[in-house]
Formats: sequence, C-alpha cells, structure tokens
Amino acid sequence: MAFFGFAHGVHPPEEKGLTSGLPIRRMPYPAEIVLPLRQHAGKPAKLCVKVGDYVERGDPVGLADGYMSVPIHASAAGRVSAIDLWPHPDGSYAQAVHIKVDTYSMQAARPRLVPRWEGLSVDQVVKAVQDAGVVGLGGAAFPTHVKLAPPKDYKVHTLIINGAECEPYLTSDHRTMVEYPERVHFGCRVMMHTLGVTKAVIGVEKNKPDAIAALERTKPKDLDITILPLTVKYPQGAEKMLIHAVTGVEVPSGKLPVTVGVVVQNVGSLAAIAEVFDTGLPLIERIVTVTGHGLTRPANLIVPVGTKLKDLLAYCDGVTKDASEVINGGPMMGMAVANLEAPVLKGTTGIVVLTKDEVRNEKVYPCIHCGRCLDACPVFLNPSWLGDLARVKRYQEMADNHLADCMLCGSCSYVCPSNIPLSQLFQASKVALRRIQTAGAA
Amino acid sequence: MTAPNLIVTASPHLKDRDTTPRIMWTVTASLVPVVLSSAFFFGISAILVILAAMLGALLTERALSKPGTLQDGSAMITGLLLGLSLPPGIPLWMAALGGAFGIGFGKVIWGGLGQNAFNPALIGRAFLQTAFPVAITTWPTPGGSFFALKGDLFAFPFMHPVSDVVTSATPLGLFKFEQKLTSVVDLVLGTTGGSVGETSALVILICGAFLAWKGYLNWRSPVSILVTVFVASQVLHFLNGKYPDGLFMVFSGGLMLGAVYMATDMVTVPTTNKGRWVFGVCTGLIVVVIRVFGGLPEGVMYAILIMNAFTPLINRVTQPTVFGTVKLKEAK
Repeated sequence: MAFFGFAHGVHPPEEKGLTSGLPIRRMPYPAEIVLPLRQHAGKPAKLCVKVGDYVERGDPVGLADGYMSVPIHASAAGRVSAIDLWPHPDGSYAQAVHIKVDTYSMQAARPRLVPRWEGLSVDQVVKAVQDAGVVGLGGAAFPTHVKLAPPKDYKVHTLIINGAECEPYLTSDHRTMVEYPERVHFGCRVMMHTLGVTKAVIGVEKNKPDAIAALERTKPKDLDITILPLTVKYPQGAEKMLIHAVTGVEVPSGKLPVTVGVVVQNVGSLAAIAEVFDTGLPLIERIVTVTGHGLTRPANLIVPVGTKLKDLLAYCDGVTKDASEVINGGPMMGMAVANLEAPVLKGTTGIVVLTKDEVRNEKVYPCIHCGRCLDACPVFLNPSWLGDLARVKRYQEMADNHLADCMLCGSCSYVCPSNIPLSQLFQASKVALRRIQTAGAA
Repeated sequence: MTAPNLIVTASPHLKDRDTTPRIMWTVTASLVPVVLSSAFFFGISAILVILAAMLGALLTERALSKPGTLQDGSAMITGLLLGLSLPPGIPLWMAALGGAFGIGFGKVIWGGLGQNAFNPALIGRAFLQTAFPVAITTWPTPGGSFFALKGDLFAFPFMHPVSDVVTSATPLGLFKFEQKLTSVVDLVLGTTGGSVGETSALVILICGAFLAWKGYLNWRSPVSILVTVFVASQVLHFLNGKYPDGLFMVFSGGLMLGAVYMATDMVTVPTTNKGRWVFGVCTGLIVVVIRVFGGLPEGVMYAILIMNAFTPLINRVTQPTVFGTVKLKEAK
C-alpha cells in the first residue's frame, strides 16, 4: 500500500471550519422529547410504556424485538404524554413515544442500568451492548452488538475504526476524537476483547491533525492500536474504501467486510460503547454537529435523542434569511428534512442548514458522456451508462452491471456537469428492483 | 423560530461548480487564440469564413431545436470548429450551408445535445467535401494585406466560381502530389497553406494544454493520436525513406486541430478512459493509412468519423472493472 487512500472519489468543499474548533457543549432539555421506535437498521423496537406512565431518564420505552433490534430508552425524565405516528427525519411517519419533560426532575438516572465491563464474558458484553441500545453512530444506525458477534465461519484479524469523517461540514467525530480520545481507546479495548482480535487501526483523514495527535497521546501501551492518517477525499469513510486504504484488500463485490477478516466501527460508536459501560447509562444522547452557512450559531452539541429539530435549530439561534434546505446528516448522503417537528435520532450525525446559493440548481442538461462520473465513482461503476438504463427502466440490466455495488455516495451526481440526479436514479432503481424481485418470489 | 421556506431535494445536496454550458463556453473561449492566429495568417477572410459557419450553425440550432439550447454553447463550438477546418477562400454561403448541415444532420436529427454519434462539425465538413470538392481544396496563400479578400468569398450560391485566386498547395498536398517536404518550423508556426485554423500547430497545442490542465479536456485521446501518428509514420519512414517522417506528419494538416478539439468531443468519443486510448490509437493509425497509402492527401476528418462509428463498441468492451470483482473471478 503506497498511499493510504483509494482511487477516484471527489473533493467537495470541506466547510468543517465552521465547527471544528468549537468544544462540545450540552444542550438543555427541551419541553418535549419524541422517541420514534424505528431508529436503527433492523426491526423497530416494541412499545413497552403507555400514555400517563412516568419514566426516569434511561428507562426503556421500547424493547428489542428479536436479535436484529435494540431497545429505545427515555432520554429525559417525564410523563408519557402521547403515543402516535410522528414525522420521522426520513420523510415518513413512525410510531413514536412523546415524553413531556419533567421540569422539576434533577434528570438523575437510576444507578448502573448497564453493568460494569470488567469480568463480563463475551456473550454478556454483547447482551449488555444490545440492552444499552447501542447502534452505529455514523449514520446507518446498524445495531452494534451484531458487529460484536460476527459469524463464526470467518476469522476476524483486524478491527478498523472509522475516524475519516469525510462528509463535508460534519465535525462530531472529529470533536469526539479531540475531546474524548480515552473513550475511543476504551471502546476500542472493549471491541477488541469481544472480537478476540489483537490488532486495531484507527483511520483518520489528514485534515484532523489535532484528532490524530490526541489519539496518539492517549494510546494505551498494552494494545496494538495504529493511528493511520488517510488522504482527504470523499468517500474515504465508506466502509469498503476504508478497508482498502488500511489493508490494501478489496472486499469482494456483494460480500461483507468480515469475509476479509475485518470489522469496521465508527469512532462515535466506540465512544458510545465506552460511555455506556463508563456511566452505566444506555445510549440516550449523542453528539450532533449543527452547522451550515444558513445557521446563525453553528455548534457541536450533546443532544438528548428525541429532541425535535426545530428546538435544536432554535437553540442555535435559528436559521438565517437565505436558509433553503435542512439536511439530516452530511450534505453528500444525508436526507433533506421535510418537517422540522422530526426528532434527532441515534443515527443523526449532524444537521446542516444550506443556503440558497449552495443547493442544487434544478436545470438538468442531457448527458454529454464527459466521463467525469466514471472518474469519480469509488467502486468503478459506469454511472453514465447506469443512468441511461435507469431512465428507460431497464432495472434487470442495471443489476447485471453491479447496481448492488453502488453505495449511493453521490460522487457521480456531485461531479455531473449536466446536473443529472444519478444517485437519486440509482436509489429509485434499487427500490424498483427489490419490488420486482419480491413480486417474482411471491 | 419561524419556519423558513424549505425545499426538499435528493442527496447529494452539494454540486461541483462545473456545468455543461460552462464546459462548452470554456472550450469556445479557448479557441479565441486559434481564431486570432488564423486572422494573422489569412486576414479578414478567415474571420468571415468562421462567422459564416457559426451563423449557419446557430440559425439552424435556433430554428430546429427546443428554445434555450443556444445557451448551452454546443452549436457555437460546432460552427467555430467547422469554420476553422475550412479553407480561407471558400465562398461564404458554402461555409454557412456546412454549419447548417452539421447542426441539422449532425446533431438535431439525432435528438440534440449528447445524442449524436458523429462529430457535427466534421459531418458539416464531410458534406462540403463531397458537395464542393473544388472549393474545399482551393488553398489561398497565407500572408498579404489583412483586408485583402482571399478567393471567392462573396460568390452567389451555385454560380461558377471565378478562379483568379493566388493558391498554394497544402504541405500534405505538396508532399502527396509533388513529393516536396515543408520545413517543420513553418508547420509549427503555421506559415503554410491550409485551412483557416489548422495551420498553426503550436497555438492549438498550447490552447489544448490549457484546457487539459483546467480539466475541460481529457488528454488521453489527443496524446494517443499524436503519439500513434508519430510512431507509425516514423516506422514507415524508417522502412522506406519516401514516406514522410513523424514530425512532418504530426504537425501538418488538420491533425492537431482534429486531435485536440475534435477527438475530444465528449459526446462522440468513448466515455471510458481505456476507450479513449483505443479510440486515439485507432484514429492515429487510420490517419497514417489514409495520408500515406490513400488517394487523399489528408485523412483526419474521415479517421475521426470512422472511429466515431466504433465508439459504442469501444465503450462496451472497455467498461471499468468494478471494485471487488477481480477476486470474485479468481475464486470461481
């Protein structure tokens, strides 16, 4: 491996300077918390409270429904005021528990809801992580305990920790590494122990020298942890790109990283594991970057899960006059929010407010086959051709040409001079294909 | 907080600043030095020929295409490139007709921007070559007063041209029919007979390098064409001294204009980088074959048009290898 990066990719404006120097601060409790039961990949949690119940901070409001699911916990003490369908940041509506926050409560949780880590067996750690509701905090919200117990058929030799944070604007992982490097290392220790690996690599993009320095300074002596500076490029933090940068191995198309002996976890999630075992509290709050040129006062905040976006934006002194779009997540892969009543979820990495000048133009030109999307695609697809196929609905042909390998990183749409919404076409095609396949199976 | 007027779009929400019109207009702007150099060599005649070709192209685009397509700049480039590839003394109505034909049959009939298989400027030129073989091979001598009209610029359509023009053969013609070599210095500077914009190889090369540096031009096809032509003709020259050497071949005729500005037309050359190499090498070989063994002194236009026809095929066989699939094949 000559360089720690990957071929292709794009260089969107970073815009991280808005918040990269701001210390993480705690946001006060809002008047009402809304907890959707669907916050993670896998099955939604099962409701376990009813209207009128009083819950303490950290009490469950939804229980894990099977193995591919995690519980949801109250992020503030208060009374359950309603259980209804509520706007979800993904644009749909989901069953959600409303908690009217008790303004007289000290918000002190019951002691030790999560056991201490020392002395737990591997299975007990996995169980404890699931019961604490820990999911990947990098955006996809994949249940962390599932990653801690990979299929037994494969030998895991390396734990890769994703500190690339390649999305423009977002700095929550960056600030976590700078301010809580011990937590990252502690989470790393827990994961390495549970996975039974001796080697861990933390990949951090070179544009965060302070994070690299902090991690190096606090590195535990007894663990084999390498901190690897990565080239600054989008999507460096994509799982397969990161594995390629660290190990030089390509994860086979359609296979999971574990097939090459690697498990990838995001730094935020590691810090969350550490915090859960440290404080004994389940995952009920997270670090969110609230930023953008359309926001009056950008900040890195510890936010209780379930805080409505309108409360979050109001705490940051609201949006500017030319604010045009609110993004849940980073501007490359995040989703535009249609309703500011939607709450912050466990997987909310950041909220970015874009101005009129930044949002995409509506005008679309015909494809001129310039080939820029081919040079941008990190997985070496031909987006120009796939886009042509998508527009004439030849979905099966798209599948034959590796549509499944597209991770919707948006690099092709970003560079397209004709402003063709390639990424959107591929997402729609994936949905259409699934529909065709289910119809065929039925 | 008051709710602002928010919009909802699909990700990614950021966009590179480059747009298709910006690419087209930048390429157009990069041709300005080429136009100026042609005016320097051929005087006002060159400007008039270019304007006539552009007028034909733009009016046809305006008449036949959807409103608003003039702004994307592609018709402008077609007219400009056609004008640069014509002899400075060609009757203006022919130049305008060529522009109209190039846009009409080279582009609009296929479905407009991005849909055409063949380079529209070359379609226009191929049409003129077939329809008016004499006018398009009458090469006025460069130099003379700036305002002196070369040839029969204002001839009426379909009238017999008055041929009292001072002409001189192009370097390639000289070589083909009289076995006379022109010095490479003259070729590089452009002080020879030839089309409006193709005589000064140096200016074209500099403009092309600028575009490639700015990322508006994929360097692979021009480089592979020029290298192939140089190597292939040098080999032939080595085998038999009566064939021209590589430097002469690279700097003469329309090769530089064709390689830098027409073999890089994104619409009609392969999309893949591998494909651009294939396209360039094949184009270069055809150029050498036509020039050395064919009946015509010049073959760049036909070489590019022939390879345009192969573009879909080249695209098909040069698809990139998808990430993570090499190992899969080995496993099977």
